[in-house]
Amino acid sequence: MKSAVVVFPGINRERDMARTLELISGRAPAMVWHGEGELPAGTDLVVIPGGFSYGDYLRCGAIAARSPIMDAVRAFAARGGLTLGVCNGFQILCEAGLLPGVLMRNENLRFICRDVYLKVERSDTPFTRGYNAGQVIRVPVAHGEGNYIADGETIARLEGERRVIFRYSSPDGMIDPNWNHNGAINAIAGIINERGNVLGMMPHPENHVETVMGVTDGRRLFAGLVDALAQAA
Amino acid sequence: MTGICPVRPDDSWHKRASMKARVTVTLKTGILDPQGKAIEGALRSLGVDGVTAVRQGKVFDIEIEGSDPAKAEALLKLAADKLLANTVIENYRVEVVR
Repeated sequence: MKSAVVVFPGINRERDMARTLELISGRAPAMVWHGEGELPAGTDLVVIPGGFSYGDYLRCGAIAARSPIMDAVRAFAARGGLTLGVCNGFQILCEAGLLPGVLMRNENLRFICRDVYLKVERSDTPFTRGYNAGQVIRVPVAHGEGNYIADGETIARLEGERRVIFRYSSPDGMIDPNWNHNGAINAIAGIINERGNVLGMMPHPENHVETVMGVTDGRRLFAGLVDALAQAA
Repeated sequence: MTGICPVRPDDSWHKRASMKARVTVTLKTGILDPQGKAIEGALRSLGVDGVTAVRQGKVFDIEIEGSDPAKAEALLKLAADKLLANTVIENYRVEVVR
């Protein structure tokens, strides 16, 4: 797996992501600065990490989404390249038009930093092949704007095309407003694009991959990507 | 030699035609505005009575070169569509002030 992590000013989760990618794939990712016009040759996974690109000025992810490297990411995704956006990365993918909808201020107006439970809706994507459909995983979130919303037609389409991949749930997989921490519509925590090669999610799977953290539920997302790419090669 | 520049500084910059404009970005009707709600609650607790609803938004004051208002308006719309507003959740209004 030859991955690339895109780095914007104000991003602060890129090293967590790089550490995880190296740990799981055995190969350190290329760190690509936002001003670059191209991704390294042979890149087969692009990751947009979390943080506060451009200090969340204007709207979360809005400025980063319009930086030079994003044209290359757009072209990469259009060719079917696997693209993962986590937290601010999800916001950036939405602002860049690679995923529909927008992440609004959390319903309770608070920055939420805690472990959450996610119901994995599908196992037949390159991102979730390491999980079983319906499985519940535990991963952390850390965001102030994770309240996903889109117009009714878009939501109906996402649901109809089974493009909601992760939902906030109770530990036993119940979708319940009490476990939908940020108020996202339909408890949406992660979605894929129409083609299925771009995933955006608010939680941080890269932070639950080592036993020292107590939970390693995020591991299978990355291991699944390694498998998917090995199989495609 | 003194340090004084023998050439008169170019002072034509302020004579170039320019216009002032304003772009106002607001949340679309029906989009939940938790910040507006919080402001509304704060006004109530401050004893500012009679406020029934608050929706917050953004104002951009922009200076544009040239003197053609129609051109300026087109430019502002482009700026709003490309960056200033996220039209999934926001509406915008442009006005050329002068």
